[in-house]
Amino acid sequence: MIMPNRITDLIADNATGARRVVVCAGTGCVANGAYKVYQAFLDQLKQTGLTVAVEFRPESMFEKTCETNHNLESGHGSLAVTKSGCQGFCQMGPLVTVLPDGILYNKVRPGDVDEIIHSTLLKNQLVDRLLFVDPATSAHCKGTGEIPFYQRQQRFVLRDCGTIDPESIGEYCANGGYEAAEKAFGMTPEQVVQEVAKSGLRGRGGGGFPTGRKWEAARTQKNAQKYVICNADEGDPGAFMNRSVMEGNPHSVLEGLIIAARAIGANQTYVYVRSEYPLAVKRMKKAVADATARGVLGDNVFGSTLSVNCQVMEGAGAFVCGEETAMIASIEGNRGMPRPKPPFPAQSGLWGKPTIINNVETLAHVVRIIRDGGDNFRKLGTATSPGTKTFALTGHVANTGLIEVPFGTTLREVVMNIGGGVTNDAGARTGECFKAVQIGGPSGGCLTEDHLELPLDFDSLRGVGAMVGSGGLVVVNKQTCMVGMARFFMEFTQRESCGKCVLCREGTKQMLALLDDVMEGRATLDTLKLLEHLATAVQVGSLCGLGKTAPNPVLSTLRHFRAEYDSHVLHKCCPTGRCKALRKPEIDASKCKGCGLCARKCAVGAITGEKKQPHHIDQEKCIKCGVCAQVCKFEAVVGFN
Amino acid sequence: MSLLETKPQPTGNEPTSVGRQFKAVCATLAKHGNQPARLIPILQAVQDEYDYLPQDVLNYIATALGVPPARVFGVATFYAHFALEAKGKYVVRICDGTACHVKQSIPILEAVRKKLKVTAEKKTTPDMLFTVETVACLGACGLAPVMVVNDEVHGQVTPAAAVQIIEEIQKQEQAAKDGAK
Repeated sequence: MIMPNRITDLIADNATGARRVVVCAGTGCVANGAYKVYQAFLDQLKQTGLTVAVEFRPESMFEKTCETNHNLESGHGSLAVTKSGCQGFCQMGPLVTVLPDGILYNKVRPGDVDEIIHSTLLKNQLVDRLLFVDPATSAHCKGTGEIPFYQRQQRFVLRDCGTIDPESIGEYCANGGYEAAEKAFGMTPEQVVQEVAKSGLRGRGGGGFPTGRKWEAARTQKNAQKYVICNADEGDPGAFMNRSVMEGNPHSVLEGLIIAARAIGANQTYVYVRSEYPLAVKRMKKAVADATARGVLGDNVFGSTLSVNCQVMEGAGAFVCGEETAMIASIEGNRGMPRPKPPFPAQSGLWGKPTIINNVETLAHVVRIIRDGGDNFRKLGTATSPGTKTFALTGHVANTGLIEVPFGTTLREVVMNIGGGVTNDAGARTGECFKAVQIGGPSGGCLTEDHLELPLDFDSLRGVGAMVGSGGLVVVNKQTCMVGMARFFMEFTQRESCGKCVLCREGTKQMLALLDDVMEGRATLDTLKLLEHLATAVQVGSLCGLGKTAPNPVLSTLRHFRAEYDSHVLHKCCPTGRCKALRKPEIDASKCKGCGLCARKCAVGAITGEKKQPHHIDQEKCIKCGVCAQVCKFEAVVGFN
Repeated sequence: MSLLETKPQPTGNEPTSVGRQFKAVCATLAKHGNQPARLIPILQAVQDEYDYLPQDVLNYIATALGVPPARVFGVATFYAHFALEAKGKYVVRICDGTACHVKQSIPILEAVRKKLKVTAEKKTTPDMLFTVETVACLGACGLAPVMVVNDEVHGQVTPAAAVQIIEEIQKQEQAAKDGAK
């Protein structure tokens, strides 16, 4: 049933092997000016007269700008300049990779392009000042192989992000793309589901439900109409793994979607992308259009009698739509409110038909499972959490960016080695400022220094009151108030609650008010008791994941940073000095020269003192605005941190 | 397109202008086959056209789709992206995702609000030039803290840098105004 040569046809379009300059065009690098760098390469290469393929577009391959190619010592026939998806090392962007040499230049400005062309491309010399310098050894790292950030990762989902052109289906196919989908259409749906079940793949969206079981439940439903939805509504603040995969390798998501459709017998698929990701939306739409044009999507896919169609739908800014049943309501054109389960979507989902909803990353993993086999997938990770997981490493860490490591990797490895250690507020890397890691976003919890040796996987995280979630890892330093952190997430979930369940709608609001009491010095120990009691009630009394997990950040910070809460409540003091209402500004008498500037600037007349004598702040009158500290030339006002 | 031109006038004084505006809505409705299930993409397209969702347009859509206006209004108010009020020419969005938050995005928000004399409730300046809002996460966490003006992303912003960006836009606008005179 397989249409002969289809995949090889696609590859033939794409004779590569040339030297390539790849400019990272992920959101981070674009914001840092990657397009200007890309344009500078095109303009300046034209002037140099080198043979340049502007972009790997199948219809305009190797657009020649010059009749001869000269001076290319590598001996390759031509040179290509392409854009790629997110390469993960966002902090060092814009990133420029020269292939096949494997040179990675970071923080490239348009002004640096000339030097790269003349040194690297023409003379095969490295531009040392643009290479990454390992802070530990001060050594210049030539490429990803030498940079600790990449060295310690094992990239599968992200393997091609950053090397292939995400807007070229030809290039995807040249790298083995759509082979797995073709293979899946040569298998029975049962075999496809079995292979995925064998791999032990668990959903990467947060819950960690076994994908094979979800698929089996939908496959066995007797219904002519079934749906597959790709959940790309990555609403968790501080996470951008799905965005990067869609921007860097949209076809891998699409291929996973096609395999899922084959497995359960669906002919219509949806990709629900949040609209805060315009680039991901654009690239997914292009991938769908290209795949349709090449016959990978549409009727009679891979020579079978089956059809698979795909529609990209943009979300409209509601966190709750990441929940399966809320997403279904949203696709149906309603308010995105969840409904009780069962019936599960696999039994009755979109328009009442059997539907499976898988995360972007889950689908990208499926491709490799079908291609290389489920047993192969199990080689990495732990017995109950096989495979690798992408994490968005952000916050107070030296190397922020996108990483992929096998499940079971310790927190220390991720934060200290890949992340390069914790930084203080000034951005300097210091040894002692690690305080916590918030994992799993508003649904997750925090991990402390005691958990540095904890293997990151579904079960061990659950054991300590946290969860993998979608994979946001936010590192916070000692200057961060954990009550403030809990309040931040509470405010988020309170705002995003859809309002259906009373305990979620009102309970989160009251929890927020209680946290405000703690942060503003009105709380007693009873407040903390009430907070814990209410948290449990919200967990029990909510229908969907949003409400059930909303109290997690509060419970988790209460568990691990109880002393900090106590300090707020008992001593009316925030140990970090971040809680504005609890600040107690004082004037250091040894530093105060009695110039009287602070007293003149104080809006409420709280500062008094004789001329040339140390001044004094009246705590009753003080509104903690901090103006005195700002104007003092002698740094005599303390207590504002 | 300027906001004033596209704002629908409920009076019949400018028939050509009103006709043109609803034509765009009709075209969008037709493109989506007048299906109530396509309500969200329809509202997104209409908002692209008008920059916000005027109430009479919502009513018009409800009638055209054959659903109660309450359903259209319910959907429009549920999702954060739909604006029921006109926004300024420059929409300044300060990311308050976790990564940006721990890297001190709130002082940036406060500085910008102070500069433009807007608040959490009154988000738009009276001259309709700026709207200041927060956004949960833009996914550019590596660049935290992030501020976006329309589609332009500014990474690793400080309160002073944010104010400077606003001042530059104000200068440009002033220059354009002076030039027009």
